[in-house]
Amino acid sequence: MTAMMRPPASACPACAAAPAAEKLAEYQAPTETHIILSLPTIHCAACMSSVERALKADARVRSARVNLTLKRVNIEATPDLTAADLVPVVEAAGFEAHELDTTALAATATDRAGRDLLMRLAVAGFAAMNVMLLSIAVWSGAAGETRDMFHWISAAIVLPAIAFSGQPFFRNAWTALKAGHLNMDVPISLAIALAIVTSLYETSLSGEHAYFDAAITLTFFLLTGRYLDHRTRSVARSAAEELAALEVPRATRLTDTGEETVAVADLKRGDLILVRPGGRMPVDGEITEGTSELDRALLTGETLPVLAQPGRNVSAGEVNLTSPLTVRATAVGRDTSLHRMADLVAIAESGRSRYTSLADRAAKLYAPGVHILSALAFLGWLAYSGDLRVALNIAAAVLIITCPCALGLAVPAVTTAASGRLFRKGLLIKDATALERLAEVDTVVFDKTGTLTSGTPELTNRNDFTSADLAIGQALSQGSNHPLSRAIAQATQDIAPAEVTDLREVPGFGTEGQWRGQTMRLGRASWVGGTATDQTAAWLQIGSAKPQPFLFTDRLRDGAAEAVAALQAQGKSVILMSGDTTSPVETLAKRLNITQWVAEALPQDKAQRIQALTDKGAKVLMIGDGLNDTAALTAAHASISPASALDAARVASDIVLLGQSLAPIPDALTTAAKATQRIRENFTIATWYNIIAVPLAVAGLCSPLIAALAMSSSSITVSLNALRLR
Amino acid sequence: MNILTYLIPISLILGGMGLLFFIFTIRSNQYDDPEGDARRILSGEYDDKPKPPDA
Repeated sequence: MTAMMRPPASACPACAAAPAAEKLAEYQAPTETHIILSLPTIHCAACMSSVERALKADARVRSARVNLTLKRVNIEATPDLTAADLVPVVEAAGFEAHELDTTALAATATDRAGRDLLMRLAVAGFAAMNVMLLSIAVWSGAAGETRDMFHWISAAIVLPAIAFSGQPFFRNAWTALKAGHLNMDVPISLAIALAIVTSLYETSLSGEHAYFDAAITLTFFLLTGRYLDHRTRSVARSAAEELAALEVPRATRLTDTGEETVAVADLKRGDLILVRPGGRMPVDGEITEGTSELDRALLTGETLPVLAQPGRNVSAGEVNLTSPLTVRATAVGRDTSLHRMADLVAIAESGRSRYTSLADRAAKLYAPGVHILSALAFLGWLAYSGDLRVALNIAAAVLIITCPCALGLAVPAVTTAASGRLFRKGLLIKDATALERLAEVDTVVFDKTGTLTSGTPELTNRNDFTSADLAIGQALSQGSNHPLSRAIAQATQDIAPAEVTDLREVPGFGTEGQWRGQTMRLGRASWVGGTATDQTAAWLQIGSAKPQPFLFTDRLRDGAAEAVAALQAQGKSVILMSGDTTSPVETLAKRLNITQWVAEALPQDKAQRIQALTDKGAKVLMIGDGLNDTAALTAAHASISPASALDAARVASDIVLLGQSLAPIPDALTTAAKATQRIRENFTIATWYNIIAVPLAVAGLCSPLIAALAMSSSSITVSLNALRLR
Repeated sequence: MNILTYLIPISLILGGMGLLFFIFTIRSNQYDDPEGDARRILSGEYDDKPKPPDA
């Protein structure tokens, strides 16, 4: 408990608080804590050993192991150690470090499903290789007892192997049949089962053709497809989880005994919560103490900070800017406005659920066709020859030849290659069908604040001031950490600050100081005596002279101009939709050459406008970061949000932009279009193989050798075609 | 063809050993950090003596 009382040293409550593992330690006997740090800049063998050595130099660290693939370090330490103690240690060794919420990461710790699939894949691969060896002997002319023996040995290998490896297909097929519909797994399971039954029957009659090799290679190739698919999704999931884990949900609660750090989930109504400058409101509430300014950009898209005084209501998600605030919680957890926004998302019909993937569309055409074809071949041969054994053999051959082996690889191979390529460019594909939907996009809607702009202000009218005024402005701006002050300080770096004395910050209003016996003020219009402007402004008053405004625009995000230009060059219509006031939106639209723009859009408006565009037949890509965008992100055909977005927005979107720059977006659209084209090509290739091989099978000319050749070559062609994307 | 009585079991046993070994590597988490393990071998630490059990 001693660690819980420690006052955090940093301005960011999330970074400075005790780790979640400490909370766990309260319930269990505290013997050890588990801390995970994210190390985004680590890249080499020497980095690993220097981080591990630096950590182990602390006697309280029991073990530290770097995982270079995930760029994390796992630390086992004595219970009194916190992540806040270790971050500086790693930073001193020269690496950036961030704490990760261990509870949010728990899900990826053991990837059971992936391991299970890999095990089945290994067994199928082993069996397929051995059976192929035996089959090659049969194909090269082994006859009589040797052939029978080889067939029996094959059966002995294949039966247990299929019983183990084929389970995912059998289970899926069974669930689909129980629900009364067909999926890809039904023809797969049927083909495997029928191939094995007829082969056993044939072998027992010492027949010539057995399809054991076909059945097991089929399973192997299909499992490869499944595994690729699973891996792509689990990589995306673990990266998404890591983003969520970077925001450790903690708050500082004020009690009679002092401050304590608690998980946001443990906050109750009526609690007093201290929110430091730079911190985000964890709850809805009312300010009881302190004066500051609030940045509401993530909730409403407004760029102008609003004044926060006792008595004012705040909503979860707003960011406190200048000085500490004490807030009495009025709504926590599910009741906060943040969560109420989630209802809006639920109402919006999601583009994701409206879309049927290419694979599903292919399966819908394919599954019944295969069954009908095979049944017709069976009945035809039964009528023609009257021999049940021949008819059954032919039906099995048709099912094996047509089995969607290449189809099973067609989509996962392409999505794996394309997601890998996009991931290296800093785009995280979260949803399986996101690429296909992205490829169809013809309209791109951007949010303004935090998406096209980076949310940091930039001084625009430096030339309106004399250098003496700028020197005073520079001096005053150094008294505050307010974003506008920092922007002034940065823009006037080349000027030596005037010697202002008695510098003090008046929270929520501005800074004040004495210069040559006169009072200097820099701050809000109402406090300094300026007139309200519709542009973001800070007013400077020197003595009793007329106040002058410093005017600001929002700095463009890296690559924003290039991305918009490239999208327009690709022939997409680009729309700007913002919750901010008209003037800044119009300025930005002109600057980026966007002709269609909407200002002062409420969250519902955004979603409705996107719905209206969709109804007109447009495929909309929404790019946004704020809470006010979540409904729109859900409603759009495809959606992208930057990593800096609120968790809720990231959850609602299909793709997360991991880097700072917007430049990869046009490229992502191109890659997605290419990927979809490859998927279609793969379907065509698979269809051609079928068109050539099916007549052979129906005519009864298809030997197990031809089946094996057709199947393997189509699978390999499809995979190679997919790899061209990398 | 009597040689087959030895060759087939031998090939199956060797293949089976490979399979069991692979399953062992999966179970002992050897694929958790492929990139890191590939580079760890380049570091000079523990070249002269085995890694102590408590480190």
